[in-house]
Amino acid sequence: MTSDTLRTGLYDTHIFLGGRMVEFGGWDMPMQYPAGILAEVKAVRTATGVFDVSHMGRLYLSGPKATEFLDWVLTGSVSSLRVGRARYCLICNEKGGVIDDTIFYRLAEDRYLLIPNAGNRLAVVAWFQSWIDEKFSPGCAMDDVTTTTGLIAFQGPATIDMIDKLADTPLSEMRPFSWAESVIQGAPIFVGRTGYTGEDGFEMLVQGDDVVKVWSVLTASGAVPCGLGARDVLRLEAGLPLHGHEIDEQTTPIEAGLDRFVRTDKEFVGSDVLKSHQESGVQRKLVGFTLPGRSAPRAGYTLSHGGEAVGAVTSGSYSPTLDTSIGMGYVLGRYVESGTTLDLDIRGRTVPVTVTELPFYTRPRRP
Amino acid sequence: MSPDDRRYTNEHEWVMADSAAPSSVVAGITDYAQDELGDIVFFELPKVGDTVTHLVKMGEVESVKAVSDLFSPVDGVVTEINEKLLDHPELVNSDPFGDGWLIKATVTEITAIDGLMSAADYDTFTAGI
Repeated sequence: MTSDTLRTGLYDTHIFLGGRMVEFGGWDMPMQYPAGILAEVKAVRTATGVFDVSHMGRLYLSGPKATEFLDWVLTGSVSSLRVGRARYCLICNEKGGVIDDTIFYRLAEDRYLLIPNAGNRLAVVAWFQSWIDEKFSPGCAMDDVTTTTGLIAFQGPATIDMIDKLADTPLSEMRPFSWAESVIQGAPIFVGRTGYTGEDGFEMLVQGDDVVKVWSVLTASGAVPCGLGARDVLRLEAGLPLHGHEIDEQTTPIEAGLDRFVRTDKEFVGSDVLKSHQESGVQRKLVGFTLPGRSAPRAGYTLSHGGEAVGAVTSGSYSPTLDTSIGMGYVLGRYVESGTTLDLDIRGRTVPVTVTELPFYTRPRRP
Repeated sequence: MSPDDRRYTNEHEWVMADSAAPSSVVAGITDYAQDELGDIVFFELPKVGDTVTHLVKMGEVESVKAVSDLFSPVDGVVTEINEKLLDHPELVNSDPFGDGWLIKATVTEITAIDGLMSAADYDTFTAGI
């Protein structure tokens, strides 16, 4: 742990709960609590879990040119997003490589909240500032409130019934990818019906002074504290990419199968490269695969076919929800069809894996 | 506190004489090791008849987050592995010193294990990590 590792407002709470702390994206965060990763995953899939995600960035973009600016740096359409709604998309460099993925919320005609990943926050801020200075100044201001606010993810099927008992307004009526403002025990909260687990749920932006109070209300009502280990298993089961694994500056959204988050009818940073990728196709694509048993594919392991290397694993784990091992990785274009069998090298052991449609897990519809 | 009826290695394995058979030991990983690993999901163990060597890799253990090598605490020949771990590796999380044993082996010199760490020495060792 380096001395300049950042701590969230819940650091003391994590220590008190017996959280096993690790450095992640420049922050000192809980990998897991004493219940363990498997129990935490199960809580989110069957009831409720609560995560401190205050390490993720919180950036406000505002001003008469904010919409135009974001339409230039984001792959998704910004101007068409209605106030009150949120959208997932990518931030690309000029070569179409992914600087980060993000959810942004339209707060007003000319005001937005954007959530970059913890480890990319400073890179995103620098990237945005350089474009603002070059093309959108004056008229677009950026305000990074990451260290003065907290972010809590409240995820799982039981959150919907719980949230209305906890908040002053009926948040269960919120639509997916919308936001609202409410109050929990006197603490103002900004709530998005968003998440990174494959379950229904909410993410709550709170003032720094209120983060312990809101966390305590949620855990007192039965939400199980969950760490980054469970979060990683949950997002992998849901087929969601993690920057630094499935996507990075050497990978394009087209290779990652994220075409639906890229608008080809507008011009933005990297759009010419992405358009040509979409038209001419790409050499390698991200796929999901499963293998029997519980031995996990891990990042960097080689995927081969007929004795020749055809790809590499980006993420993998034993999936407690599906009770089998799962992974994602990049393979050459002719091996992406579902049902294709490839060989995975697990530290010298060769194990057959089967290419599978993503996501691995889809939550059941509520009756 | 680790149980004082057995000996320990600095690779977090334990070994004790197996009262059921002469020149025989039973071995596993410590409570400290299982706690560090977290939820264990998979073991790759040696096969019955394999020769194992003191502090040489004899297998692997995988938890949800990590994979670690398993080192033999003794020189010997494997006579039995804990078959229950194939379907229930979590036994090592819940009972590392009992039902979660890993292997049994015959050794040429049973007294060799006396040279390993005592429970008190091992606990001092882990407290300093």
